[in-house]
Amino acid sequence: MMTRPLGFEKPLGMRDILPESLAKQRHLEASLRNCIEKWGYAEIYTPSLEYFDTVGTASATLADRMFKLLDKQGHTVVLRPDLTTPIARVVSSLYKDVPMPIRLYYQANVFRAQEKEAGRDAEFFQTGVELIGDASVDADAEAIALAVFALRAAQVPSFKIAIGHIDFVDGLLEEIVADSEIQAQLQQFLHDRDYVGYRQTVEELSITENDRRRLHTLLHLRGDGRKIADAYDLTVNGKARKAVETLASLWKALEAYGVTDDLLLDFNLISNLNYYTGIVFEGYAADLGSPLLGGGRYDHLLAQFGRPAPATGFALKMDRLMQVTSLVAQPAAAKTYIGYTAGKRDEALREAQRLRQAGNIVVTRLFASVAEYEQAMQETAGNWILLQGQEEGE
Amino acid sequence: MSSSFKEEPKLTIAMPKGRIFEEAVGFLQQAGLNVTAELKDSRKLIIPVEGTNLQFILAKPTDVPTYVEYGVADVGVVGKDVLLEEERDVYELLDLRIGYCRMMVAGLPGWKPTEAPRVASKYPRIASRYFRQQGQQVEVIKLNGSVELAPMIGLADRIVDIVSTGQTLRENGLVELEHICDITTRLIANRASYRMKSEAVDDVAQKFLQVIPKR
Repeated sequence: MMTRPLGFEKPLGMRDILPESLAKQRHLEASLRNCIEKWGYAEIYTPSLEYFDTVGTASATLADRMFKLLDKQGHTVVLRPDLTTPIARVVSSLYKDVPMPIRLYYQANVFRAQEKEAGRDAEFFQTGVELIGDASVDADAEAIALAVFALRAAQVPSFKIAIGHIDFVDGLLEEIVADSEIQAQLQQFLHDRDYVGYRQTVEELSITENDRRRLHTLLHLRGDGRKIADAYDLTVNGKARKAVETLASLWKALEAYGVTDDLLLDFNLISNLNYYTGIVFEGYAADLGSPLLGGGRYDHLLAQFGRPAPATGFALKMDRLMQVTSLVAQPAAAKTYIGYTAGKRDEALREAQRLRQAGNIVVTRLFASVAEYEQAMQETAGNWILLQGQEEGE
Repeated sequence: MSSSFKEEPKLTIAMPKGRIFEEAVGFLQQAGLNVTAELKDSRKLIIPVEGTNLQFILAKPTDVPTYVEYGVADVGVVGKDVLLEEERDVYELLDLRIGYCRMMVAGLPGWKPTEAPRVASKYPRIASRYFRQQGQQVEVIKLNGSVELAPMIGLADRIVDIVSTGQTLRENGLVELEHICDITTRLIANRASYRMKSEAVDDVAQKFLQVIPKR
């Protein structure tokens, strides 16, 4: 049902950011920027609109969640649903001769259409990093360690980053379950976080009791580095075991960074089935219902733009970070107000400029009378100065 | 010399009022969470349990997954019917095997397909999804109660609803036409709580697991 919008209404999921919160957000962004640049990442900006046929189809965001429109030539364009895909486009075109690895970061707004209600913005701000052209586990470790340092820089009092590997679940299911349709079904249950559905399906499989136990154990494989041994025991060979080995060497690298206290392993973490290709991670904060950070390895994306390369990265959700950060915006400096009456304009503006050069914030304002000036002085706190001229006939 | 004091994080459990409340409270009692008296007698909506890190929120069943998704409750007890209808992003940890009923299509005896089929339900999403899977295009009318009335007064030719004994259907002259799925009560958890408060969540899940009725 579409009724004519009222004057104060905005499209679903759009919001205003008023000066007080924007000041806090900018302060938060500056802290993150300061942290990320120390790791050698350079800031990049990409356009708000992209072609649906290029960035739109390559993006991890589902097509039905994109804002689509037509440009004047009749092409379907989308409001950028993320920055990772446009960055892949840039790295494969404008940056095609720049040697890898390439380290880029962004602070920008992205757009994703929402079906549901409050708290689910359709336009939101992200700070993210991409490390492109390095397939090593050290690159994964760098992305995760940087995520930890970024959350610390953002002064999130209590957080955890959960780490998993796409191939672990995939490989384990392949080892045990013959039917690929049931494999996909079990994977979907894990993706939907429906452990009840997963268990029921496992119970109905005709497999050995030992294999059944292995599939059930998968649900409990989360914790610190000690879980690696349990996960190793669960696998026989191939993909799943290789994933455990990768996670084991990742954990060593993360120990070298000294960040493992803020991390946990979750061997059944599955996010974005068709997009991520290896190590994946998600960040959580105390008293925040949804993840505030997501990332992982996406080795297939760059090839879609003609420059195949391994890549990893993450994005922080600024609106969620705003809810948990203990950073506060710098209190605004006191303002000086110079009021003047008609005859004193030249003098007032000169004085204002002199004070601004000396570092003050100065607001100038024309008043018709002293009474009007006094009224304004009562309404707004600050240093008030009145330059009153000889009025030419009251 | 001084005792080390580490405050445990508080765990908030959303409990559904209504159909499964009594059974769910009995379940808590068996699980060794001695909160029965407070929960039953209280008219309050938030009930802390003294001497533990637990507190309960009493909510309308359809709101339980909402509270849990947004993280105002860490875990919740809710029927699968509500989960299927609300499609919330939560962990479904355990089937508690209580509150058993069936999601059914029902209608008047001798029901025949009509040209413009109409289905009344408290569960419009479940109904739409089901008939779509069956390759039927139907018009779904959302009702908030007394769904059984719809076929008798000609508002719809069929209904989709939960049925436990079937008595209400019979009393209203309706028969079960198709079985959609079985419904039981589930323990759900918030995505972040599952990680940030994993010990407390696991502890509750473990207590529940001990008392789940065997098949």
